[in-house]
Amino acid sequence: MSAPNNTYDPVRVAALEPAEVERMTAEALGAIRGAGSFEELKAVEVAHRGRQAPLTLAGAEIGALPPEAKAEAGRRIGTAKRRLDDALAARYAELEAERDGRVLHEERADVTLPWDRHPAGARHPVVTLGDRLADVFIGMGYEIAEGPEVEAEWYNFDALNFPPDHPAREMQDTFFVAGPGGAARSGMVMRTHTSPVQIRAMLTRPLPLYVVSPGKCFRADALDATHSPVFHQIEGLAVDEGLTMADLRGAISAFVEAMFGPGLRTRLRPDYFPFTEPSADVSMECHVCRGESTRPGGAPCRVCKSQGWIEIAGCGMVNPRVLIACGIDPARYSGFAFGLGIERSLMIRNGLSDIRDTVEGDVRFSRAFAEEA
Amino acid sequence: MLVPLSWLLEYVDLAEPVDVGEVARRLTAVGLEIEGVEQVGHDVDGVLVGQVLDIEELAGFKKPIRYCRVTAGAAERNVICGAVNFAVGDMVALALPGATLPGGFEIGASRRYGRVSEGMICSMAELAIGDDHTGILVLPPDAPLGADFAEYAALHDVVLDVNVTPDKGHAMSIRGVARELASAFGVAFTDPADTGLPDGTGEPSAEVYQASIADPTACDRFALREVRGIDPDAPTPLAMRVRLARVAVRSVSLAVDVTNYLMHELGQPMHAFDRSALDGPIVVRRARAGERLETLDHVERQLDPDDILITDSSGPISLAGTMGGLATEVSETSTDLVIEAAHFSAAGTARMSRRHRLFSQASARFERGVDYELPLRASAKAAALLAELGGGTAVPGYSLASAPTEAVTIVIPADHPDKVAGISYGTDTVIDRLREVGCTVQAGDPAGDGADDGRDGAIMLTVTPPSWRPDLTDPNDLAEEVIRLEGYEKIPVSMPRAPAGHGRTAAQRLRASVGHALARAGYVEVIGSPFGSAADFDRLQLPAGDLRRRAVALANPIRDEEPLLRTTLLPGLFQVLARNAGRGFADLALFEIGSVARAIQGPTVAPVLAVDRGPTQAEVDELEAALPDQPRMVGVVLAGEREPAGWWGQGRQASFRDAVEAARVVLRTSRVPYSVRSGQCEPWHPGRCAEFLIEPSPGAEPVSVGYAGELHPRVIAAYRLTARTCAAELNLSAIEQAAALVAPVQAPIISAYPVASQDVALVVDESVPAAQVEAALAAGAASAGAGVVLEQLRLFDVYSGEQTGAGRKSLAYTLRFRAPDRTLTDEEVSAARTAAVAEAARRTGAVLRGGA
Repeated sequence: MSAPNNTYDPVRVAALEPAEVERMTAEALGAIRGAGSFEELKAVEVAHRGRQAPLTLAGAEIGALPPEAKAEAGRRIGTAKRRLDDALAARYAELEAERDGRVLHEERADVTLPWDRHPAGARHPVVTLGDRLADVFIGMGYEIAEGPEVEAEWYNFDALNFPPDHPAREMQDTFFVAGPGGAARSGMVMRTHTSPVQIRAMLTRPLPLYVVSPGKCFRADALDATHSPVFHQIEGLAVDEGLTMADLRGAISAFVEAMFGPGLRTRLRPDYFPFTEPSADVSMECHVCRGESTRPGGAPCRVCKSQGWIEIAGCGMVNPRVLIACGIDPARYSGFAFGLGIERSLMIRNGLSDIRDTVEGDVRFSRAFAEEA
Repeated sequence: MLVPLSWLLEYVDLAEPVDVGEVARRLTAVGLEIEGVEQVGHDVDGVLVGQVLDIEELAGFKKPIRYCRVTAGAAERNVICGAVNFAVGDMVALALPGATLPGGFEIGASRRYGRVSEGMICSMAELAIGDDHTGILVLPPDAPLGADFAEYAALHDVVLDVNVTPDKGHAMSIRGVARELASAFGVAFTDPADTGLPDGTGEPSAEVYQASIADPTACDRFALREVRGIDPDAPTPLAMRVRLARVAVRSVSLAVDVTNYLMHELGQPMHAFDRSALDGPIVVRRARAGERLETLDHVERQLDPDDILITDSSGPISLAGTMGGLATEVSETSTDLVIEAAHFSAAGTARMSRRHRLFSQASARFERGVDYELPLRASAKAAALLAELGGGTAVPGYSLASAPTEAVTIVIPADHPDKVAGISYGTDTVIDRLREVGCTVQAGDPAGDGADDGRDGAIMLTVTPPSWRPDLTDPNDLAEEVIRLEGYEKIPVSMPRAPAGHGRTAAQRLRASVGHALARAGYVEVIGSPFGSAADFDRLQLPAGDLRRRAVALANPIRDEEPLLRTTLLPGLFQVLARNAGRGFADLALFEIGSVARAIQGPTVAPVLAVDRGPTQAEVDELEAALPDQPRMVGVVLAGEREPAGWWGQGRQASFRDAVEAARVVLRTSRVPYSVRSGQCEPWHPGRCAEFLIEPSPGAEPVSVGYAGELHPRVIAAYRLTARTCAAELNLSAIEQAAALVAPVQAPIISAYPVASQDVALVVDESVPAAQVEAALAAGAASAGAGVVLEQLRLFDVYSGEQTGAGRKSLAYTLRFRAPDRTLTDEEVSAARTAAVAEAARRTGAVLRGGA
């Protein structure tokens, strides 16, 4: 290592002569050009730009020059180094391009080959649609209420104003739970609807009350394309001060728009349910043809059978007798309730045509809905 | 109910031409849903009123064949006829070549029985107005020769199919539907129940057969009238037969046809007895033990003490309001008739018809509620019609037995319908609509005492519903009448303001998460059968005392082979597995989340509580106690390949380890701390069954929540499943409850200090479960010293062979240590490792492999 001094040794500084610098540079450039691989180029880089490279060593002698020569020698060495660096970078780029063109090409593979080594699972559409329907109401502030599937008759019928021996009780083909000694009655049934959950909610929750109850129901129907002994409903119930049928209409149209599309109209028509009075059935404007099929020259609609409307639910104002059976004062509170079949919604929304598909467990059925869950 | 439009228009003043679509729309809008509209009679075309001019009896055939000369006014024709119930000069319905009959049957000339037949003489059945094939239809002598038969017989009609809901008894009649139709169009209504008699009923008479009511809870009106001297052969007029055909009622005899006709017109079921078959006074009473009655359908019925009977001295003669007895039936020789019209208990007739599985037109009306003022009127019309059509005499007056009935009055504020509908109708509209329905309405202060009866300033209405509307009992019933007649479409739309909800509960979220987690893990969700059988319990190899044998039994199962409710999800999943396999899907991973029912205490009875008040807590508790245990379970089954073979190579068979992992997925999703151990439980393979335990609450004694593993070979054989089918079933309700007590996740401290990995290979007895070794290592490491955290413990090798010795196995673990606040020293790591190994040695007898 040289320290700055005032006297210099011409031999030691010969390497800084322009011709010598040019010679070293030329030699190095030649080596760079000649490098045929990354490894060679790396070796060339070390040899000509490393700590022991001639140009590096020469640069170290600048300090030995007289002050007036230092600047020029410094510039000379700097320029030479830059030329080498540029050449190295260029050669690296050339080699990379060469490798990309050759090696990566050789490594190419068929990327369209399948790799489904873990078969996909799926949720059942009745479950996910039930969740989706419930979500709409949760968004409106409702909570989910639940109850058992084997239910006391009092919850399933009596408290819902189905008097004993009333034909309405017989309209539902009820599974009765056998009593002790095989007796035909035990005061318990398989719930025929999710409405007993209304009673449970009114008995256990504070007022005002806004709940929705999705769940499994049972009717003693033999399994065919349109009947199943097991099916699912979702019901809503609101009990509050001053609720009217106008509020019921509001809740239903909000729901229909959320589920089937904005702007769809709904229609109520008189119907009968023991636990609501007045009662209505709910139809919505066909979400597919929007009534177009009923107009002259309109194309027929498979979804609404060209009726323009689709029946989707039953509803009504909670019968004050039901409130009384739950210990709620009908002079102060009123309520509304609505219920719809989830399988029926699946028919309307997803084109389900055979209800057996929902209970047979064919994996193709649930899998078809896997991406919609 | 079928309703011919022509019949309605007799009593509703609708302007012609009537728009049938509008009729259907408006009836539906007021609550009588029209399910179908059928144009009838147009399939009879070109049939003419003809006359028989001559009859030639053809001999030599198996049955009598007539060759008849007939005319329809113009030319004479010859037709073959197989019937013999007519004579020369009779007027008939003649289908000549070119005419068409129902079923698209075109009439032409043909050669039959060796003669040319140029058409046919029609029977009721051929004209689709009856089912009588035995003879041709003979028309009255005054039928106009050559007239178009369809026009003459008024065949062209529109039949509405009305879906009558169970509350609307009044709509089970032309009278009721006509009243609704008149309301819907705002036009005049004529009541068909008007008899023209003084008071509408006439006078009581001792001349008429006497009756009494022994049980006023069974019947509150029982009216009799008599008709004497009718011609048993008198035919039912064609117009009446056509009407009956339109409402799908078979024509039987004049007496039966007239009562049926009036039942459809008025809604009052009636019964005609042959007076000569009656013996002594008629009494309405309940059945006595051991009594029997053979009904009109020739079924001998064992009577129940709850049955309501009409009896005479001989015993039961009719099941009240349901079906008459055979012995007193009107026959082809009856000339004197006793006509019964009564008002029976709705619940009583409903029970009776279900008990005897006897659903008649009469019982359908009684169980929905019949007008209690109708018996005298309807019977008067019946007697008059029978006398007129049968050529007999109606005995003036009636006999009536009755029990007191209480008229219902309902007091409502005039704005009650407004409060229900959320709209302002105004008092006048409310009163008008209620009167239109038939109510009497008094406005004002009902008690007459000037007291404040309702809301401030509200006008109170005292409403007495008409006798034909037994369904109107409550203020909301009246509100519905106003709202439906004003139109549901008038109800505005507003949005109720629900208070802020709390979203799904933790248990509800967990249930959804478990489902999603299993689906992500490759399982397909199914909904299995909720039913089961004792045979399933045997196939599952369940021992005698197993809780899963405590099934709830159904009184009326769909299939006798499945009389129980499921106590486990597995048989249902096996069924689905087999069904899929049968459809060509052998590689299956399925799951179900669903309830099972277990009658832990055996069969119970749930009380039926009062409904005129809220139940007490004790009553609710009693109900709940009667219900079976109904835990929600999650079940999983696997068969075939878990990972498919492919171009990449071999697939992997599903094994019990997959089932165990599925159970772990469920438990990990719940975040409830759990442990797993080797288990023994049917239907699993005793050597390949894992039992899962959780603490029901933190620190509590662990309880079992289910099992996972390979099925027992005998179970696989019993269900004919694929060999090595695997399954898991966990009690999700128990997991949900425990999960509710699990604290929220605490954010970890992410240490950027270096990790220190240590491998240990431990040799233990073959019987020592890896889970135990793992637990011991973790516990030992945790005791090592402050700040040394066992970040991960991973089993990377299991080996048994020469080097472990017989009956021993080597478990190799990587332990990764890290401190949150510093780089661990070699000494600290080594100490932690030593502590971990020491604890494993203490708990499981583990020895470091190679003695290191």
